[in-house]
Formats: sequence, structure tokens, C-alpha cells
Amino acid sequence: MPELLYFTEILGLKVYDLKGRRIGRIEDAALVPLVDPVRVDRYLVGGGWTWLTIRYDQIRSISLDGIHLREEVLTPYHEDEYMLRIARDLLDQQIIDVNGRKVVRVNDVSFELISNDGNDLLRVLEVDIGVRSIVRRILQGVIPRRWVRRLQRAIPPNSIRWEFCNIVEQDPQRRLRLNIDYGKLEYLHPADLADIVEELSPEERSAVMETLDSEVAADALSEVDPKMQVSILESLDTETAADIVEEMAPDEAADVMAELEEETSEEILEEMDAEPKTEVRELLEYKEDTAGGMMNTEYVSLDENASVADAMAAIKGNEDLLEVLNTLFLIDAAGRLVGSIPVAKLFVADSSAPLKPLAGGTLIKVPVDEKQDRVTELFDKYNILTLPVVDEEDRLAGVITADDVISVLRQK
Amino acid sequence: MLKRFRYHIAVFFGVMGPGFITAMVDNDSGGILTYSQAGAKYGYLPLWTLLPITVLLIVTQEMNSRMGAVTGKGLSDLIREEFGLRKTLLLMSLLVLTNLTNIMAEFAGIATSLELFGLTRYITVPLGAAAVWLLVVKGTYRSVEKIFLGACVLYVAYIISAILIGPNWKAAAVNSVHPVLMLDPGYITMLIAMVGTSIAPWMQFYLQAAVVEKGITEKEYPASRVEVIVSSIATSVIAFFIVVACAGAIWANGPRDIDDAAVAAQALKPFGKYAFVLFSAGLFNASLFAACILPLSTAYPVCEGLGFESGVNKGFREAPVFYWLYTMLIVVGAGLVLLPKFPLVKMILLSQVLNGVLLPVVLIFMIVLVNKRDLMGEWTNSRFYNTVTWASVVILIGLTLALAGITVRQMHS
Repeated sequence: MPELLYFTEILGLKVYDLKGRRIGRIEDAALVPLVDPVRVDRYLVGGGWTWLTIRYDQIRSISLDGIHLREEVLTPYHEDEYMLRIARDLLDQQIIDVNGRKVVRVNDVSFELISNDGNDLLRVLEVDIGVRSIVRRILQGVIPRRWVRRLQRAIPPNSIRWEFCNIVEQDPQRRLRLNIDYGKLEYLHPADLADIVEELSPEERSAVMETLDSEVAADALSEVDPKMQVSILESLDTETAADIVEEMAPDEAADVMAELEEETSEEILEEMDAEPKTEVRELLEYKEDTAGGMMNTEYVSLDENASVADAMAAIKGNEDLLEVLNTLFLIDAAGRLVGSIPVAKLFVADSSAPLKPLAGGTLIKVPVDEKQDRVTELFDKYNILTLPVVDEEDRLAGVITADDVISVLRQK
Repeated sequence: MLKRFRYHIAVFFGVMGPGFITAMVDNDSGGILTYSQAGAKYGYLPLWTLLPITVLLIVTQEMNSRMGAVTGKGLSDLIREEFGLRKTLLLMSLLVLTNLTNIMAEFAGIATSLELFGLTRYITVPLGAAAVWLLVVKGTYRSVEKIFLGACVLYVAYIISAILIGPNWKAAAVNSVHPVLMLDPGYITMLIAMVGTSIAPWMQFYLQAAVVEKGITEKEYPASRVEVIVSSIATSVIAFFIVVACAGAIWANGPRDIDDAAVAAQALKPFGKYAFVLFSAGLFNASLFAACILPLSTAYPVCEGLGFESGVNKGFREAPVFYWLYTMLIVVGAGLVLLPKFPLVKMILLSQVLNGVLLPVVLIFMIVLVNKRDLMGEWTNSRFYNTVTWASVVILIGLTLALAGITVRQMHS
């Protein structure tokens, strides 16, 4: 069974040379993630005037009683950009627990001790959080290490596997040198990612947002508190901000842009691609608390004479809408809205059948300048999922979905 | 131009909250007692101290709101990251202990102020405790802040009650700017006490956490600074009216010692029912308000610093330690007030001593942090400002330690 060591136990361990003379005590240990993401690569020893660096392969044995070297040509410590120093960079700092989807504070780090013929290695296992590690750290150095171990047994452990830990580093240069990337975060649900982002400080927030894939960043940003959306976009450089806004649903993008200062939002709009830019610009024209301000322009509409097969084809052509699509709209030659059809009805109809007879009885719609309160009332009264919004000439301008209404209600 | 102006106003109201609430809670039951004592015993003479107090308040609070806006982290977060777990735990233990005695003092304030209206504390204190608990556990940050800002407005009660008494405004005005020092030990103790109650350690934690929670950034910080200044002045204005009310009502008819803010309220009775009612209602409001804020401003930094989930916006399941600590502080704080033989007055004095011990530590941590370039970047203190802050801190430390010492002697006698 591999032995377990805690970082706080290693701190202050005495280091002995080949003849058993004491050189000094351990002050810190460091990983070099570009070389090996889990192996402790350097040990920093304080003794005389300066700190010395021990390479991992210069060590014979590590135990709670001390560290014995097998080679004693040690170099003085000098600052190295590629080193992740555990006491300085990890202990007491906040990291992201990808598995638990939250931000946690590091109390201690645990290692697996591996012996292969006369060369003991430490590999990072877990990051410790919670009461057990607090007690361990407070007592370490006050009473002997073995007593601490015995005392902590009574407290349940609370730790996170190293592979699920994500260090937050603001400096992009250092992020490269320490081999930190936020790829793991991209698999999280956008809402969880948003919660994590909200927990971070403003600089860390923009650091994470600008490294994420812009599609993921856009999804997460949509879930963030509106006030914070603004400060995140303001902190990013215009190009990155534009990339993210492009990927957002146009109605949400317009909502954020409306909150920004005019100068900033203009700059971001200028950087955007033509198509999303016009959409957002159009939506920006509407007042925030009207149907126009709530709607988005992503919907599927068909000619009133189309068939079920045409509808299926149209849906296939709009794959990015699949997750939220629940209603199709019929329009006449002049673009006027004439009917709405629940998507599910397509499955029970013949593919050659015309769409028109599938449309429901009363067509519920609102003009773009309808008040927000009235819109939420309609959703409640008619139990609708998607409400069409029409302009002055009765042409379909956009749709309001139930999730838009929920966010409005939640903000009250 | 107008648009620009409107934008500034909007930013100001957008950031308003943290500074105002912190500054107002500063006039809690302990503060009201001290100001009443000052007015009752020495009349208008001590009023001049309010000016330097305002400056001290601005200097300390400004650092917190700046740190909050620039780093986006709470004070205890920063202390933990820069000074390690052991110092944090020590500081947090001290904070819990200090604030527990403070919370007790607030519940005592609730009890005595409502007893003036003939309501027994065995009903009012448990009700108050339940209200405080529910407010935070069931509310959201935004709704809680609105209620708190509402409570700030109620401090106007003191202004009206002072006007109803009709004090000597001319004397009040003159003494506000004309320092009078007397080598009377009682007088000097009083001056120290006034400064000591005006700046409490928990305020620093609360303010910074609230600034962060509100999402105020570097860009909005100038508006936040205006808020700190305005609200510090407002706090001193309220204090001014409390001193003046007691000077006009009590000192003018013969200076005397009072040992309870309720006594001051009683003495206002000859000036009409409203003066009395407003003064007592003000005491109740202040106590309840502080009783809401204190448990919160303890549980927050402790959980942040030690790495437990925290925050009003999280549920019980997500942040168990936060809610347990919060509940425990209220239950113990309110419960002790109800124990028949509990030495309440001594405990209130103890809360002042503990504040005095903790404040220097917190202030020194703050100055070290605010001067760290890797944290604050261009927002570190300027040389001049550093001189001002160090001077303020040294003065504050001296005065609070002196107050603590005097209080300890009182407790023994």
C-alpha cells in the first residue's frame, strides 16, 4: 500500500546529507507541470544564507522523521517561472473544484509516497479542504507529526482529487509556463460555470472567460448575474468580448449591450460579424421592458402552404436551435404571421400532409411594444412555451420563450 | 452633458448601500449610550470630537471599500491569502468572541428600548431574534439591503427628537468647531469612549464584503468613495443630534451620569411624548439593525477566511457552516440577555474592551494589505495618504487601548 504524506508534514522536515549531517529544513516544494503534472520536482531547503534546491532524483528516502539525500551537489534556489510552488502558489489560495463545481480554498495537499530502489518520489494526490485539514495545519509544528495524525482520525476527510483541481492564474504568460488550461471547465453545465465565475475576483473572472472557448464563454456569460455580465465584458479586450457576444443568443446579447456604456457597446458591435451585429442592433432598438426587448430572433418559420416534410427539412437546417425549439410559425407571402404549430404535432402527421390544418385554434401573439407585465400574464394564462411577437404590419419579428419570462420574474 | 450627469447619479445609487449601512450601524446601542452619556454629563462641550471622528471614519472605511473594489475579495479572504491559516484562525476566533458580546449588547438594547413601552423582554427578545434570523435566511441580498437602507432612514428620528427638545443651537454650533480640553478624567474618558465606539473592527469586514458582494469594480470606485464620505458625515450628524438632544434635555437641567440609554429616553419625557417616543424608537431601530448586521458580518468573514461556503444568496445545504454559525450567534447572543442573573452591564463593557483589543490588529493588517502592490496595483496608498492613515491608526490604537484599560478598571471597581 502506498504511503500518504501531507504537505504540512513535509514542511519543516529536516534534510540530512550522505553522512547524516543536517543541512536544513524544508521550506517549500514545487511541481514543474510542463515536465510532469503530479511529481514533486524540487524541494526548497532553508538552512544557511540562502535556500537550496533539491531535485527529486537526489533524494534517497522521505519519511516523517526526515529526508535523506543520496547526492549532495545542491544548487542555490533561484526564482523559476516554470515552478508551481506549493506553499506560495497553492496553499491558502482559491482553486476551482471541477467535479464539485465550486470554488474552494486549499488548506493542505496530500502526496503519495512511491519508493523505487533507493529513490523516494512524491506524487500529488489530493487537495485538502475542510475541518480536518484546518486542524492538521494548526497543530502541525506544535505537537509531533504522528500525534497530529492520530488526532485527525476522528474527523472525516474532505478532499478533491488533483486532476479535478483547476488553478486560477491571471497572468497569461504564467498560465502557459505552468501548463494551466481551463479545458476541463468547458464540460461543465453553463449555469455551474457561471456560478464558479461569480465566485472569483474580477481579474480571475476575465482570465477564465478569455481562455474559454468563446461558445462556452457565451453560454456561461448568459447565466451570470446581469450586473456582473457588464463588468466582465468591460474587463475583456474588445475583440474577445465581441467573439463572446456573437455566440450569445441575440436577445441576451442585446440585453447586456443595453447595460454597457454606449461607447463600449459601440466598440464591441463594430468588432462583430455582420449577421449577429444587425440582429443585436435591431433588438437594441426596443425598450427593455417591452415584448421587443424580451424577444429573440432565433425561430423557425415556414410558408403557410408548406408541408410536414418541409418543416422537417427546416428543422434540420437549424440544428443549433434544437434544444429549445418547441413551436413552428406559419407566415403568408407578405411575412404576416398566420399560425403556430407545436413541434410534437409533426411526429403524428403524414410527411406529405400540409402544415396549415395542424395549427392550433386561437393564435396568441403580441405587438413589439407590448408591456412586459402583459407578456408574463399571457404566458401564465394560456400556458404557452413560445410567444410570437409581431411588428406594426403584423409580420413576425421575433419570439419570447418561457425561459425569458422566468428570468424577468426572478429579477423582480 | 445632462446624460453624463445622469449616468453619474445612476452609478452613485448603483453603488450605494455598503457604505451607508456600515456607517449607520456604527451608531448602534453602544454608540447611542455613549453619545447620550456625553450630552447628559458634559452638554455641548464634547461635540468638537465629532469632526476628527468623521475623518477617522472616512480614512478607515475608504481603505476597505477600495480594497473590496480593486481586489474583488473580502478582507478575511485577503488576510488568509497573504498571512496564512494560523493568523486567520486566531483573528477569526477573536472576531467571533468580540462580536458575540456585541450582539448581546444589541439584544440588550432591543430589550430596554421596548421595555420603555411596557413590553417585556421575554417576548420582545425572542421575537427580535427570530426576525433577524428570518430576514437573512429567507431574504436575498438585494431585499436585505433594501430593508437595511430603510432602517438607515429611520435614524432621522433622532434629528426630530432633538428639534422637539429645543436645545441651545448656538452653543451646539460653537462647540462643534471649538475644541475644549479639560484635565478632568471623566471628560477625557468620555472623549476616548466617543472615538472608541465609532470605529469597530467588525465594520471593516462588513464593509469590504458588502462592496464585493455588490460587485463594485475599480471603475465605479470613485462613486463608492463619495458614498463612504457622505455616509461617514451622515453618521456624525446623527451622533451630533443625539448629543444635542441629551444636552438640551438632561445637562441643561443639571448634568448627571446615566448608565443606560433608556434613562436618557426617560429624561426626555417632560419635553413631550413625541421626543420620548422618537428617541426610544430610534434606540430600538439602531439595536435591531445592528443585531441584523453583526451576526452576518461575523459569519461571512469567518467562512470566507477558513474556506467554508458562505453568502446570503446560498441555501442552507450549500453553506451549512455559515448558517450554523449565524444561527448560533443569534441564539446565544439573544439567549444570554434573557438569563435573569446574567451580568449584562459587565458583558457590554467587555464588548468594548474586546473591540479595543481587536481593532489595532485588524487595522494593521489592513494597512499592510492596502500597500501591497501585487494586490492593489496602482491603487496602493500614496505617500501622503499613508502618513494620514498611519497617524489615524496610531491615534485610534492609542485611544481604543486607553478605553479598554479604563473599562477594565471600571469592571474591577
